[in-house]
Amino acid sequence: MLGLYLHRDSPIHRLGAGVKMGGLLAATLLVLALPGAVGALGAGLSGLFALWLAKLPLGRVLRELRAPVLMLGLLFGVQALVAGTGWADTLAAVARFAALILLATLVTLTTKVAAMVDLFERVFAILRPLGVNPAKLALMLALTIRFIPLLAEQVREVRMAQQARGVERSIAALFVPLLVKILRLADDLTAALDARGYDPTDDARPGTSPNDAVGPNNKEAQPPC
Amino acid sequence: MLTTRDLVLSALFAALVAGLGMAPPIPLGFLPVPITAQSLGVMLAGALLGAKRGGLALLLFVLLVAAGLPLLAGGRGGIGVILGPSGGFILAFPVGAFVTGLLAERFATGANPLRLFAVCVAGGILAVYAGGIPWLSVVAGMPLEKAVTAMVAFIPGDLIKAGVAAAAAAAVRRAGVLPTAHA
Amino acid sequence: MPNPSITLRAVSHAYGDRAVLRDLSLTLTERRVAILGGNGSGKSTLARMLNGLILPSAGTVTVDGLDTRRDGRAVRQRVGFVFQNPDVQIVYPTVEEDVGFGLKARKMPKDEIARRVTAALDRYALARYRHQPAHQLSGGEKQLLAIAGVLVLDPAHVVFDEPTTLLDLRNRRTVIQAIRDLPQHAIVVTHDLDMVMDFDRVLVLEDGRVVIDDAPSVAVPAYVARLG
Repeated sequence: MLGLYLHRDSPIHRLGAGVKMGGLLAATLLVLALPGAVGALGAGLSGLFALWLAKLPLGRVLRELRAPVLMLGLLFGVQALVAGTGWADTLAAVARFAALILLATLVTLTTKVAAMVDLFERVFAILRPLGVNPAKLALMLALTIRFIPLLAEQVREVRMAQQARGVERSIAALFVPLLVKILRLADDLTAALDARGYDPTDDARPGTSPNDAVGPNNKEAQPPC
Repeated sequence: MLTTRDLVLSALFAALVAGLGMAPPIPLGFLPVPITAQSLGVMLAGALLGAKRGGLALLLFVLLVAAGLPLLAGGRGGIGVILGPSGGFILAFPVGAFVTGLLAERFATGANPLRLFAVCVAGGILAVYAGGIPWLSVVAGMPLEKAVTAMVAFIPGDLIKAGVAAAAAAAVRRAGVLPTAHA
Repeated sequence: MPNPSITLRAVSHAYGDRAVLRDLSLTLTERRVAILGGNGSGKSTLARMLNGLILPSAGTVTVDGLDTRRDGRAVRQRVGFVFQNPDVQIVYPTVEEDVGFGLKARKMPKDEIARRVTAALDRYALARYRHQPAHQLSGGEKQLLAIAGVLVLDPAHVVFDEPTTLLDLRNRRTVIQAIRDLPQHAIVVTHDLDMVMDFDRVLVLEDGRVVIDDAPSVAVPAYVARLG
């Protein structure tokens, strides 16, 4: 899967995650606010320039964008048919979102996950009074990114098994092993986080850290292997 | 308070929803649009993890999409897509999982597939549409009736997904590997 | 500091009605200890008890005098744990970030983390993958990454749960060498009889009890004979 950090020595890579995400947000609002495809054209061209500046493989990135743009075309096409919007508007809408996806891809390719997660942690610190724990949220985001390739692979296997057996057979029966595997994986992962010194009470606010909450939850544990 | 296991389960199901988006879409002959499996993930997360952990799983997913990761079906991602016409559906995913979980905790605690199906329809379809359709209407500038009509095409596929999610959730519950959904 | 030691006193453990460990008393001080045994013999449960991942139903486990029940956090800082499947152990998306995870959890300053991570990556020839996604590594490299992520925390003991079971021959050799070179006290649960031949002590578990406890030259042939 492309779309995750690709290491290069470039000025774009060195920019802070906050700057890049802020820029992406600003560009998005601008492109959506400007009429027609003007913003899309501007954003698309600056995106291509930044891509070159970041020393990223232009052809590969653009090829990766083909699928989402096709999908967008399909979505907006159906919408144009149903709602009767003009084709010029539809084309402009596809162009806008294609340009925005290019910019978003640029940000993900040049920003380390850890930097992105740190940014989230800082941004969500403002929600601390509401009981949000930014450090926990950050860890969960990193874990999610780590497990996407693993689960995508598992889902692909399930789909292949579906095709091999014929889709009309029980799809549910094929999802069950996948889900059971995920729930078992959760047991091991929890143990691994514990073993590596992660302590869910560490980042709790002072005075809310009951000591006996530390450690394994034997009640829920399954016997290993 | 979230335990380490809660964090892990939410993250795993968030990754599952992303994984479901990366698998090739299921083409359904009688519909013009390929059905993607991501809303299946909404229902599964709610039904199996409960309101809190399921809602959190989808919240993680939405945050990563907003951060620009290409996790939506077809490789889309970024704040632009969220602000676009289909953004309401994406933003409603966490709510859908939360509602599915809440109802499952009340009305479908066992392995009865019919009850689970009802819960998945309420959370994974009704709650998600309730967020997505008005958004579609406003952003795409189409009257609400037209937005509703446009969505009718998706209902059969979503009902199939609710059926799959309910059957799978029931089977997993029968297998007894489910982490108890205690608070 | 006294020699590192892990002590079990009258330890029993059961999952529901099923007893997996029965009244074990052991003191582990040798530099290389192997635990052998068939599936369901209780060896994985025993391994997880050594760093407090599982608390015994009865009896106590102490690590350098610290009780796993009372001092869970301190015990986990002293005892590193390497799982059979490195995929469950790697928690961050890229190699560098993952090695730094445990250090970050300990709130270590950033430049100290960077220094230690570099040293660990160099040691296991992972430096060239520093910025790469962890899921692209080979099985053996993933296991080395898992080991690096544990050793960077500088534990006094390292417990391995079947570290070579999922590896091909070449990767297996690399991981065995890595374990051999460890300066730490190592306890290795394994099916790999070749690996344990130069260990200092071999325990064989059967149905939750220690049935053989000897040097490998005696214990391994006795174990093979028992298997019939």
